[in-house]
Amino acid sequence: MTEHQKTHVVGTSPERIEGRDKVTGAATYVDDIQFGPNLLWGALKRSPIAHGLIVRIDTSKARALPGVRVVVTGEDFPGYMGLYLKDRRIFALDRVRAVGEAVAAVAADTKEIAEQAVALIEVEYEELPGVFDPEYGASPDAPLLHPDLGSYECVPFVFPQPGTNVSNWMKVRKGDMDRGWAEADLVFEHKYRVPHVQHVPLETHVCVAQQDPNGKITLWSSSQSPFAQRNLIAKALHINHSRLRVITPNVGGGFGCKAGVSMEGAAVALALRAKGRPVKLRMTREEEFYTTFVRQGLVATIRMGMTRDGRITAMQNTFYWDGGASTEYGVNIARAAGYSGTGPYFVPNIHVDSYCVYTNHPVGGAMRGFGMPEIHFGIEQHIDVMAHKLGLDPVQVRLKNCLKDGDETLTGMTMHPTGLSQCISKAAEAIGWGQPSAPAGPHKVRGKGLAAMWKAPAMPPNPGSSALVRLNEDGTATVSIGGVDIGQGALTAMAQFAAEGLGIKVTDVRVNTVDTDYSPYEWQTVASRLTWSMGNAVLRAAETARVQVLTAVAEAWGEDIDDLDIIDGMVVSYKTEESVPLKDIAIYGVQRKDGTFVGAPVVAQGRFMPDYVTPLDAETGQGPRAVVHFTTGAQAVEVEVDTETGELQVLKIVSAFDVGRAINPEMVRTQMEGGAVQGMSTALLESIILDRGRPRNPNFTDYRIATAVDAPLETENIIVEVPQDDGPFGARGVGEHPMVPTAPAIANAVFDAAGVRIDSMPLTSQKVWEALQG
Amino acid sequence: MTHRIQLTVNGEHYDLDVQPHHTLLQVLREQLVLTGTKNGCEAGECGACAVLMNGEPVNSCMVLAPEADGAAITTIEGLASDAQLDPLQEAFVATGATQCGFCTPGILVNARALLDRNPDPTEPEIREALVGNLCRCTGYIRIIDAIEMAARAGRKEPVQ
Repeated sequence: MTEHQKTHVVGTSPERIEGRDKVTGAATYVDDIQFGPNLLWGALKRSPIAHGLIVRIDTSKARALPGVRVVVTGEDFPGYMGLYLKDRRIFALDRVRAVGEAVAAVAADTKEIAEQAVALIEVEYEELPGVFDPEYGASPDAPLLHPDLGSYECVPFVFPQPGTNVSNWMKVRKGDMDRGWAEADLVFEHKYRVPHVQHVPLETHVCVAQQDPNGKITLWSSSQSPFAQRNLIAKALHINHSRLRVITPNVGGGFGCKAGVSMEGAAVALALRAKGRPVKLRMTREEEFYTTFVRQGLVATIRMGMTRDGRITAMQNTFYWDGGASTEYGVNIARAAGYSGTGPYFVPNIHVDSYCVYTNHPVGGAMRGFGMPEIHFGIEQHIDVMAHKLGLDPVQVRLKNCLKDGDETLTGMTMHPTGLSQCISKAAEAIGWGQPSAPAGPHKVRGKGLAAMWKAPAMPPNPGSSALVRLNEDGTATVSIGGVDIGQGALTAMAQFAAEGLGIKVTDVRVNTVDTDYSPYEWQTVASRLTWSMGNAVLRAAETARVQVLTAVAEAWGEDIDDLDIIDGMVVSYKTEESVPLKDIAIYGVQRKDGTFVGAPVVAQGRFMPDYVTPLDAETGQGPRAVVHFTTGAQAVEVEVDTETGELQVLKIVSAFDVGRAINPEMVRTQMEGGAVQGMSTALLESIILDRGRPRNPNFTDYRIATAVDAPLETENIIVEVPQDDGPFGARGVGEHPMVPTAPAIANAVFDAAGVRIDSMPLTSQKVWEALQG
Repeated sequence: MTHRIQLTVNGEHYDLDVQPHHTLLQVLREQLVLTGTKNGCEAGECGACAVLMNGEPVNSCMVLAPEADGAAITTIEGLASDAQLDPLQEAFVATGATQCGFCTPGILVNARALLDRNPDPTEPEIREALVGNLCRCTGYIRIIDAIEMAARAGRKEPVQ
């Protein structure tokens, strides 16, 4: 058992601090902010073709329509944008590379006029052959989609291959492959496919941009990345960062698609020409499905060697990512897949190639799991396939090979203490591994499956967090942060850190939503990094505020600071048993015996940035510290298969994840539960059907996501706590991880139940039925 | 051309001039600034805009404003009374049934209608009642728990 640091608030489960606003309709989202009748409505003219040159754009008819105030095209704003690779423009300039790519924008007095104006813009294209498959796209036969790839600005840890469609090639080379294959009793290779899916936040992308008479621009944005939006848009438009202010109120779901910048640049471009009027741009559900970000498709070839007693001797894995028309964000998903490319196992001999490939598909971006659900779909089925071929128990094979403390990962990093083995064992136990399923009805069979996972925060080596804690006249605290609560509960977790650090009640902490003019810097709300990184910043700020209080009290009372404490908002002396409420001294200072005062209004800062992540060698992917840490875990599921129809029902999902320390255990469990159902939904139902680049199902009738009827009948959520050395109270993140192992766990359970192996997502009834026909 | 309609919203009476092509959702959000009701798809597929119309749950994006003439509407803002939260609202907070919160108003009014017609629903009945409300965060489990908790907590009088 791990010794926990003694805490009062951390490790308890207070209710969500903004929960009452959300259940009463009082919570404000971007679309709820009122701008009055002066508001202009923006709309985007989009490409109807997947690939072509723009021959001519004629906006004259749109400009002539009464009520149209602004029309802009790529010629007005030709700058490149992008988080890791600057290969995306606000509007296409000379060439379109995906159906739905924006070529022009309009702002008008009403939504109806804006839509009419967009229809009046005439665009003539010269259509070009397209790339609709990443393996083909990476081949020399494919047409080149970004001839200027070599000139794009790029971070140093991404390796574009100019003259090809490969925008990043991440390589991992370790050990001796010949030896690895020679030592194996079984070598087996198979290909697995994952389609494009969409995040489907219930709130679509929406923003409002306005420029004031002095040139200051404000962007109200439903975003996971207000600071990254400020940075990227300011740079693309060549304006000073202090001229751009991003405000993010409540966000109606993100799951990665609201990270970075997608359509927000267009709203700012319109606002720059709108003579001071605010411009709203709100994506329709159809636009949300394919014009902001989607999850990239993947074709993965897994080749594995294993001894007859179940030891993995080698892995050669090749990932072709269907990155879409721009891979400004996707290049780092290919990188993450590279440095995580064995799954959570110790493998002595490794060869991984992860290619991010331009295609004429929707733009791929971050989605919950950042490449890990996709690669684990293949790896975790492959482990089961190998085990079954060798007559071994898949859980025992996982326990034998999974990374243990001190093992070397595929990139040469030493694995930190991890509860991975515990997670696998506990998930297996909770699903009743090894015990037969209860009998099912006629034509129905049941089975169990398990999958393990790992995932590191995928980010630059130095993403920073900062926080401000200040006390108010009533003894409450106000916390300012730059991270966003997208539903995961960040505000509540930060309130708990502040309460713990200060010695006050969590109900006495208010946490502000983000306004880049007032909030301290935060890189982005991504990578499951806030509890760990921003949590450190908030905790440090709160502890510094506490020291400010106690230093003043110690001087005024003539006591040693070590004899003082703050308990539930009361400063107490263990020595003299004297006490004073925080509210009496938080602003006004403490009165000395001579009638003078010591102290000042309490306000403190805290900050955090990892300073130990090392570069990896471009040719081998080797380096001492690829990432900050890995959160590990496992899921076990039980399914029922209808052998007449191929229909699947998920009876139970058990999740077990090593979160280091659960700051709010109930909210950790809700992440596990919600992630598992999102994982199940993608596993069984979801795929953007792309017909030569044209999305065929951009609506909820044809693209189904799980409903309450589809949700598993039972869930069990197990918290494992092996502390992270630099996490606040040992915490590490768990937001993304619960949807990583779900799809392969279900596929493994389907095999257990019905003896059929489905190697492409989603596992539709049709695929299962066809497989059952042999 | 506008169209004059009468609406009772959360017990308050309104005479409104509406665009005939506008939806009830637009009237609620844009004219009355009752922004608790959310716009998630404008196609009647996600349930984020659900309100009670004469006691029955409807997707307000699928009701043209003139069609609502004379109706009594309950939105999320009308669920609590005198700062006293509906037992469903209390249960949603207590069980952690809300995450991003965007689907929450539609689910709450729909659940209110469910409990008004069936104060003691079974779990399958709850799941069936929620099939038109999409939620991407919670996985529905806590929402089902919350509705069961609220059903147990008491049998509130029907809203309409």
